Amino acid sequence: MSDPILIATDLKRHYEVKGGFMKPNAIVRALDGASFSLTPGKTLAVVGESGSGKSTLARVVTMIEPPTEGQLVIGGREIGPDGAAGDRKLRSMVQIVFQDPYGSLNPRQTIGQTLMEPLLLNRPDIKADERTRRAREMLTMVGLRPEHFDRYPHMFSGGQRQRVAVARALMLEPKILVLDEPVSALDLSIQSQVLNLLMDLQERLDLAYLFISHDLSVVRHIADEVLVLYLGQPVEIGPKDVIFDQPRHPYTKALLSATPVADPAERKERIKLTGELPSPMNKPEGCSFNPRCWRRLEICTKVEPPLQGHGHCFACHNPVPDDEEVAA
Amino acid sequence: MTDAASQTASTPNLRPPSRFKEFWSSFKENRGAVIGLFVFLAFLLIAAFAPLLAPYSFDAQDRSALLVPPFWQEGGSTKYLLGTDALGRDLLSRLIYGARFSFFIGLLVVTLASFCGVLIGVIAGFAPNWLDTLIMRLMDIILSFPSLLLALVLVAILGPSLINAMIAIAVVLQPHFVRLTRAAVLTEKSKDYVTAARVAGGRPLRIMFRTVLPNCLAPIIVQAALSFSTAILDTAALGFLGMGAQPPTPEWGTMLAEAREFILRAWWVVTFPGLCILITVLAINLMGDGLRDALDPKLKRS
Amino acid sequence: MSLLEIRNLSVDFATASGKFRAVDGVDVTVDQGELLAIVGESGSGKSVSMLALMGLLPWTATVTADKLEFDGHDLRKISGRQRRRIIGKDISMIFQEPMSSLNPAFTIGWQIKESLRKHTNMSRSQRQDRAVELMQQVGIPAPEKRLQAYPHQLSGGMSQRAMIAMALANKPKLLIADEPTTALDVTIQAQILELLTGLQQETGMALVLITHDMGVVAETVQRVQVQYAGQRVELQEVDGLFENPHHPYTAALLAALPERAIEKRLPTIPGVVPGQFDRPQGCLFSPRCKFADARCIAERPTPAGRDLGYALCHYPLIDGQPTGKETAA
Repeated sequence: MSDPILIATDLKRHYEVKGGFMKPNAIVRALDGASFSLTPGKTLAVVGESGSGKSTLARVVTMIEPPTEGQLVIGGREIGPDGAAGDRKLRSMVQIVFQDPYGSLNPRQTIGQTLMEPLLLNRPDIKADERTRRAREMLTMVGLRPEHFDRYPHMFSGGQRQRVAVARALMLEPKILVLDEPVSALDLSIQSQVLNLLMDLQERLDLAYLFISHDLSVVRHIADEVLVLYLGQPVEIGPKDVIFDQPRHPYTKALLSATPVADPAERKERIKLTGELPSPMNKPEGCSFNPRCWRRLEICTKVEPPLQGHGHCFACHNPVPDDEEVAA
Repeated sequence: MTDAASQTASTPNLRPPSRFKEFWSSFKENRGAVIGLFVFLAFLLIAAFAPLLAPYSFDAQDRSALLVPPFWQEGGSTKYLLGTDALGRDLLSRLIYGARFSFFIGLLVVTLASFCGVLIGVIAGFAPNWLDTLIMRLMDIILSFPSLLLALVLVAILGPSLINAMIAIAVVLQPHFVRLTRAAVLTEKSKDYVTAARVAGGRPLRIMFRTVLPNCLAPIIVQAALSFSTAILDTAALGFLGMGAQPPTPEWGTMLAEAREFILRAWWVVTFPGLCILITVLAINLMGDGLRDALDPKLKRS
Repeated sequence: MSLLEIRNLSVDFATASGKFRAVDGVDVTVDQGELLAIVGESGSGKSVSMLALMGLLPWTATVTADKLEFDGHDLRKISGRQRRRIIGKDISMIFQEPMSSLNPAFTIGWQIKESLRKHTNMSRSQRQDRAVELMQQVGIPAPEKRLQAYPHQLSGGMSQRAMIAMALANKPKLLIADEPTTALDVTIQAQILELLTGLQQETGMALVLITHDMGVVAETVQRVQVQYAGQRVELQEVDGLFENPHHPYTAALLAALPERAIEKRLPTIPGVVPGQFDRPQGCLFSPRCKFADARCIAERPTPAGRDLGYALCHYPLIDGQPTGKETAA
């Protein structure tokens, strides 16, 4: 296994929200202490509900926003408070693909212009005809056709646009691709095409993926490792099979059981979670999951559980018992 | 459902209509807009070829023919189709040359107002909070004056002349552009493609003017078309009040002012310039409405 | 007799570049107290056919049908006034975006009570009681307090519950749920689906669930209607559909589910759903179908029999293998 290309330690991102007239400003802890690493050729999936800080994490890793606290090391270099501004090399390392293929392409740019823009801005050493050549090459690589080069985004379907978005992200030859819900806006039959494309590209280019999704069946298929976020905090992280087969955190377990399975023969008993995600403005005391948890203990309402374990870590005072432990 | 995006790659010869075609087909649905467009084009041609079309020069006086009525009235002659004014100048020629001024005024005012307005608007949309607030409050102050009054004050300060009147009107019109641009910029700015351009390493200026601005143009174009008529109307009003173009300039508003005293004796000297203003402004407004319907997806039917 | 019967429903939209057929000869039958799912991708006409039934399409749409009958009323002939008496009372609908389907200017209570005021002659206090009862029924805690709330004060899940309460206000015989959980998180989705199926059993109303999520279908409904490009391609009991799909599209769609994948590479359906400009002449699925032959490209198929899931295919699949090809060849 190769060395990690990105190491994040205790990454935090807080926003200040105006409290309104005569009220103090509140702090939203959108991301509150995430640690993980990305390895070339591997996929780390981040799952969680809306408001769990998934997208904030994507923005921090892509250096769109600086972390409030914590350390982000990409390719052996620490990211300062200015992010990647002024550092083209660093900028080229991490690229992003967004969820909505309709909003992520500039409607006034042809596909060719869209693809060439990153090169134009970051690689002044590359000449115009070389730029065109590379863009056309990339177009075929993501499964589009050369004649698409001069067309505008509105002539494309969602799946094709997402291919263009992937192509644009790859133009700078990044090492890390952040995929922010790349298939959730696509139809099922298109989704599998794009997922296959992503897997092909990963193999061919040895990319590290940070795959953000709320769809657990997709995650199960594509991920190597899974990070479960709840209210900006990681509650469980580990290898995919372990997370899916042996979840230890009650939230992971509930999330898995809530995901509908496309097999009518397997109608299962659900763990019902009451209530909804609390606002990140006023997190509950103790474990942030405690008001919705069905395994809550006295201690959960008072002490925040630390994330512990090796390889498979979880933050819970009263974890779901392991099968082996049950057997023993 | 009718989204052109559901087009597949497997049939390259069957393409959804191009942007312009789509625009034109929804524009021509609006009959008023098409009529407006043709009147506007006619107006443009008249303005361009005024020296060829006008039978006389706009300041040529015929002392023997003062206040001659139009040809179809008793005492009128085909020599002066629409009659003459109090100084014996051919009304038709003056109106034709007037089109030139009106067009020139509209064009210059709109260019000035939209250029400054869009520039300030884009800056406000991207500026830090305090600068944005400062700009917008300033615009609010300008908007809180009755526009003609403010233009009058400005002309009074700058001195009455056609150019000063136009500058004053541009200043008065420009906050509308600022607001519109800022609003459009704010919506576009939050879209993913802008973030993507930033991730690609686009510098702020490039993002402001190359990435975001082209996507905000539709409402600005509509506003520009509608401002064109406001500009003509306001200049005419200033001219009428004696603060705009000075005689003997054949500007329609100034012509109206000059003819005021003959309102009862010679109806044609007032009616025709007034009609010209009315028709032009109406045509441009109709066209502008059609433009808005065709360009603004929010108002698009179905 | 079935509660809702639609035969050969077609909806055409007049667009700037010509006519566009969004729904193409669709049949829908819903029995009293039944739970039917309509599954399809975007552009399959699943929402449009239901909106046509409700009379909620814009003026650019032309609706034609051989039969459009609800509870003995012919919906094609009745006047707008009569239609409004049925819609919102006997047929109700909930939508995908709970946040935007509630009017932000009025309280939840006002909106629930409004439909009671329109369709019943309850007194003011009766309406209040009914509203509280409804809020309890959909599992909203502290109903009296929540009735005073404005939509923006509720979360997505709560808004969807409030929407359901509104839809149930007049004890409808048929509830159409158009992607009711797509905008919600999985944990909330599970809650809402459970609520909907629970209410359906409790009140005995029929429920039509429009969705694109095969998982939701598998877990909630009895009968499934699969639509593709405005046509109904298959209609089956849910177990049969997942085990032995008869239309190649259904089969391909199920195979494309990541959770059903055996290999790392997912089986895909090449191409995209036909749009306005590239509608095939024969079977609409033929350009993407791996079993298609010359007949599929040239000829429109007719639905197969009941035992073959009414599959709209020349060679309906049995256990993944096309049938009838030999006789045709």
